[in-house]
Amino acid sequence: MSIMTPDIRPSLIARVNPVAKLAVALLIGLALMLSIDWVSAAVALALEGLLLAWCGLSARQFWLRTAPVWIAAPFGMLSTVLYGQDSGAVWFSAGIISVTDGSIALGLAIGLRVLAIGIPGIVLLATTDPTDLADGLAQVLRLPARFVLGALAGLRLVGMFIDDWHSLALARRARGVGDGGGLRGRARRFLGLAFALLVLSVRRGSKLATAMEARGFGSDEPRTWARPSVFGLRDALVVVIGVGIAAAAITVAVLAGTWHFVLA
Amino acid sequence: MPATIRADPSMTGARVTATGWGWRHAGRSTPAVSGLDLDIQPGERVLILGPSGAGKSTLMHALAGVLGDDEDGDETGELLVDGQRPSRARGRVGLVLQDPDAQVVLARVGDDVAFGCENLGVPRAEIWPRVTGALAEVGLDLPLRHPTSALSGGQKQRLALAGVLALRPGLVLLDEPTANLDPDGVVEVRDAVLRSVGASGATLVVIEHRVAVWQHVVDRVIVLDPAGGLLADGPTDSVLSAEGERLAAAGVWIPRYPPPRPDRRAGAPAGEVLLAADDLAVGRVPFARKRASVVADNIHLAVRAGQATTISGPNGTGKSTLALTLAGLLAPAGGTVTAAPALAGGLDGAPHRWRSRDLLERIGTVFQDPEHQFLAGSVHDELMIGPRALGLSPAAATERVDGLLHRLRLDHLADANPFTLSGGEKRRLSVATVLATRPRLLVLDEPTFGQDSRTWAELVRLLAELLDTGTAVVAVTHDAEFISALADARLVLAAGPDTQPALPAPLHSPSSPVSPANGGRA
Repeated sequence: MSIMTPDIRPSLIARVNPVAKLAVALLIGLALMLSIDWVSAAVALALEGLLLAWCGLSARQFWLRTAPVWIAAPFGMLSTVLYGQDSGAVWFSAGIISVTDGSIALGLAIGLRVLAIGIPGIVLLATTDPTDLADGLAQVLRLPARFVLGALAGLRLVGMFIDDWHSLALARRARGVGDGGGLRGRARRFLGLAFALLVLSVRRGSKLATAMEARGFGSDEPRTWARPSVFGLRDALVVVIGVGIAAAAITVAVLAGTWHFVLA
Repeated sequence: MPATIRADPSMTGARVTATGWGWRHAGRSTPAVSGLDLDIQPGERVLILGPSGAGKSTLMHALAGVLGDDEDGDETGELLVDGQRPSRARGRVGLVLQDPDAQVVLARVGDDVAFGCENLGVPRAEIWPRVTGALAEVGLDLPLRHPTSALSGGQKQRLALAGVLALRPGLVLLDEPTANLDPDGVVEVRDAVLRSVGASGATLVVIEHRVAVWQHVVDRVIVLDPAGGLLADGPTDSVLSAEGERLAAAGVWIPRYPPPRPDRRAGAPAGEVLLAADDLAVGRVPFARKRASVVADNIHLAVRAGQATTISGPNGTGKSTLALTLAGLLAPAGGTVTAAPALAGGLDGAPHRWRSRDLLERIGTVFQDPEHQFLAGSVHDELMIGPRALGLSPAAATERVDGLLHRLRLDHLADANPFTLSGGEKRRLSVATVLATRPRLLVLDEPTFGQDSRTWAELVRLLAELLDTGTAVVAVTHDAEFISALADARLVLAAGPDTQPALPAPLHSPSSPVSPANGGRA
């Protein structure tokens, strides 16, 4: 398994066109950015939770992949509770720290938002092959092929960075400059390695560009696609579900009176 | 092969004509190629030879239409493929380059082969039969969804060839396609090329230092003159007999004129053991994992002063990983690597625990890709790094470095940037950087890969001299000539761990030194 060729467990969500999944993630994200309140985020998160059943991730995979947002959410929440805009009853106050009804509500809204926006994004990545995403972007959304495929080929080089970094570090050890010098030496070596990696990557990139050009990439002729990226009824339905989740979140929040339009 | 690429009736070989053609890369004072006159007939099979710097690769890039435009250099004269400028004849021309890593475009085998067809607008229904056909042609029997990152160098090269064959080109260009392959891979790629151009009638133009590989399958040899124009052009046999000696002197591998081999001081007693591997298992630690995944195990080996030990075996059997482990750069995945007191010089016996600086005078490593080990902006500074890290006085360091520059014919390049050197110069420099600290054990990973016969002979002579002065050499290599010129002991790794124990075999024994004994394991 690697970044470029992930093992994706077959599931309903994995079969959905990546463009539809991207649309859902963006729709929900956008809707939740319009307001900061706990109700809209909680509704979106609850509805997303229902959909997770079809994403094919095992519990272990799910928690591993989403770990960053589970860590980020409480941190965001806590700092908002302590330092956020205060209003209502004061529960605790010391120096610049103050916990009030207002800051607790705000903190809850932030924490739930991080989860509700982050989880669809991560599920999208975990159930999507980068090649399929590129096919979708180019064929369904008609983004320029030169740009999409260039980015895809470039992404493959990122996987090689890890190997290159490793080889460069071993070579430095062999050359007698692989350790010592304390913290400053370490920082200098890191910068040196990073620069060497940059040089190597640029060279790799230009060689790859030549190889791609030699195989007709970037010519003016219209391109065909070996892998069809079809946006069907099922994919449209998924987008509709995304719209539904966003609409439900907003509607419930408005009815509950918590909706607070940030641009107002 | 179940599937073959059938000759397309509409497709014939392409014709190549050059009239006074030349190219000067932007920023260079002298042209890479000049005054070239050529006429290659459709379906001809041509081998292009010439000393390094004769502009062979420039010509190939030009024919493939990827040399660039006015910004990238100045063109003179005319170079045409089927009467068209090559940049307009894309798709008629397919190019395979030397570096296997630089040619993989997509993440999966099938998608990568299909890439060129997509760019040329081949209808989808036709792409996939072409892809499976091309993969069968090159003998790459893998699922279409197989990740390209899991391929060996030889497999990547066959993949690149399949990507070209799927385009059904009229002109197939191969720029040292087998320089980085093991002997089996070389034959397999060559035969795949022949099968496909035989079926399609495509014109074939090959650059290769090792003439023996293509000698009997090409109709014509063209020798480029570094001073411009051609040195020779004609049927293979007549050109090789007329020009063979001159070409051999210029670094081309001509079977009748092999490079000189050094006299090893015959019968010198085997030196003391410097490094011993006991029940060693080697592997790398994958990204974000804690435990190494073992690629070879059960290895027993004793490296002796003044002796050369070669490590060979098919691609992917962990040869490089073993070399890096013996060199103290990777920790063993199991078993032990122990440096004898004669090598350790007062340090604890496990080289991977030594400090980086302590390795310098003990174990020197020459990496497969010289570019990985370059650190400085000039050849001179590159050589000074080791002596400086050892704490030598500037005068002593300079003396050492100047001696090495001279010995490895790098004096005139002292101020050049290491990355701008030619392949042979880079290899010589990477060896020189290691010799600058005079290690007792030298570990080399494929030192002769892609080298011309001149660099090869220099390298082998240098190593022979070092061996005679008591330096130990461990070399990972596919190169049968290198092995027979230098090896005192051989270790042959076979595919997969947990098969049989790999034991070193004494080379100067009655049995044939080069053929692997007992089915690949020595």
